[in-house]
Amino acid sequence: MNTFVYTEEKEKEFQRLIVKYPNSDSMMLPALWLVQEQIGWISPESMIYIANKLKKQPIEVHSFASFYTMFNLKPIGTHHIEVCKTLSCMMMGAPDLKKHIKDTLGIEPGQTSEDGLFHFTQVECMGACGGAPSIAINGEYHENMSPSKLDSLVRECKSCK
Amino acid sequence: MQVKIVSQNFDIPNAHTLKVAQENGRYSTIEKLFTMNPDDVTEEVVKSGLRGKGGGGAPCGPKWKYMPKNDPRPSYLIVNGDESEPGTFKDRQIFEYDPHLLIEGIICSSYAMDIHDAYIYIRGEYKFWSDRVDAAIEEAYAAGIIGEKVMGHDFALNITVHRGGGAYICGEKSALIESLEGKRGHPRLKPHQKECEWFFGNPATVNNVETIASVPYIVENGSDAYREFGTKSSPGTMLFAMSGAVKNPGVYELPFGVKMIDFINTLGGGMQDGKKLKALIPGGSSCPILTAEEVENAVLDYESMWDIGSTLGTGGMIVIDDSANMVEVAKNLIEFYHHESCGQCTPCREGTGWIDKILKNVLEGSGSEEDLNTILDVCGTMNGKTICVFAPAVSDIITSIVKKFRSEFILEFNKN
Repeated sequence: MNTFVYTEEKEKEFQRLIVKYPNSDSMMLPALWLVQEQIGWISPESMIYIANKLKKQPIEVHSFASFYTMFNLKPIGTHHIEVCKTLSCMMMGAPDLKKHIKDTLGIEPGQTSEDGLFHFTQVECMGACGGAPSIAINGEYHENMSPSKLDSLVRECKSCK
Repeated sequence: MQVKIVSQNFDIPNAHTLKVAQENGRYSTIEKLFTMNPDDVTEEVVKSGLRGKGGGGAPCGPKWKYMPKNDPRPSYLIVNGDESEPGTFKDRQIFEYDPHLLIEGIICSSYAMDIHDAYIYIRGEYKFWSDRVDAAIEEAYAAGIIGEKVMGHDFALNITVHRGGGAYICGEKSALIESLEGKRGHPRLKPHQKECEWFFGNPATVNNVETIASVPYIVENGSDAYREFGTKSSPGTMLFAMSGAVKNPGVYELPFGVKMIDFINTLGGGMQDGKKLKALIPGGSSCPILTAEEVENAVLDYESMWDIGSTLGTGGMIVIDDSANMVEVAKNLIEFYHHESCGQCTPCREGTGWIDKILKNVLEGSGSEEDLNTILDVCGTMNGKTICVFAPAVSDIITSIVKKFRSEFILEFNKN
């Protein structure tokens, strides 16, 4: 089994944050964010690592991580496309974006493209209703989207790999 | 129509940086603050009638008074920036354009309640915005505005940004604290008497971002100045967000008491070309829906909205035009709630899934009028029988859509 350790930079950030809370239990969210920033998902090994660090059982870390939808419990594609599907975005064109992704990248919600470059998720309200329809690529918001704008963002992703 | 108290600096370029923020009045309140007695600050906020802007509209000042006095335990201020209610995107504007106003508000509120540690819980998706608030906090630390001595005064204050993980329910204050304590975001049972919240067994207060950002104005100008805006029972202003089929969606600060239709037709720019208003969800998706006729007479303050059987909520309005199929609207919202139910209480966990399944069948053409009775029955079972107000909110919105747009459901059945 592979082991997981924080990089030096993440460890430093972990130590900076842990003193800010009255109890190290509060580090659960920040600690998992650091893991996901480092390897893109929350691997079983990383759960054991965090459990040891926070004096928890690995199952407690798993139970926690599986509650919060933003943590990837499986590895995903390089570029994560999240399309908001809630009411304002639905009315303003989110279904067209979904169809466009299916047509151009060949993936449905929850799937990763064959080349591993793109992962597509439909998400609930992102808090960007004023710019509906909204999407996020690797966490960065893009509002007032259209299929053609999506194409150019996909091209950008492909060129930067 | 607009009154800019919280949004005063939103249009100033780079107002998120400390230099520009200070040039535009940020932290000017602090000198006055420290000449006041902490209890007087609370009293001023009580007198201002400031109400919580996170959805419930509970008075802010009296809430602060629940904090125990002379308690040996440390106490905490937790700022709720989880903003996940569909249609709501107002706190985001404060994070983006004026994070120093939020910090200034935290200083004022912490001083009033003798708090030395504050946390800002920001929804996980708002990475850009939590980084921005983080940067503002770093600047404030470096300039001695917060830290060991707040602007040279004998008062320590630490502020930490805590980023969420994408769970809607963590906007519920007790679920938020559970999450901050490193647990699943399951709401807590509420005590029978009014009391403060508890963070690791220590007294804590949870306030919405916009509420805290409204405090500096009250400290600086007094409660009477704040009461000059709005109505008698809903004083002051609120950031109203508008989305959907209008020409100019966005966030606008208005005094309470403005007519909804005027807001839509002026600042909102009216309906998009060729579209007609059909319905409107007034304050985030958990508020009962209004028909176009009801919108004509609706007034934007808490009491007026209650009078017409809805609520003001977070002020995040979703405008629905006549091209929308209301069955699809109901299905879209129930999918949201089904996904976001924390799963702790059976009526909510099962009820949201049940209605989701029924509406799926209806849209696929196998519905009947009997389904509507089942939906209303399930809503009745959810309402008031769970730990938090998530299920009653689902019940409210779904019941209101079924009752007010029953004919559209019938139309759907007749398609078979």
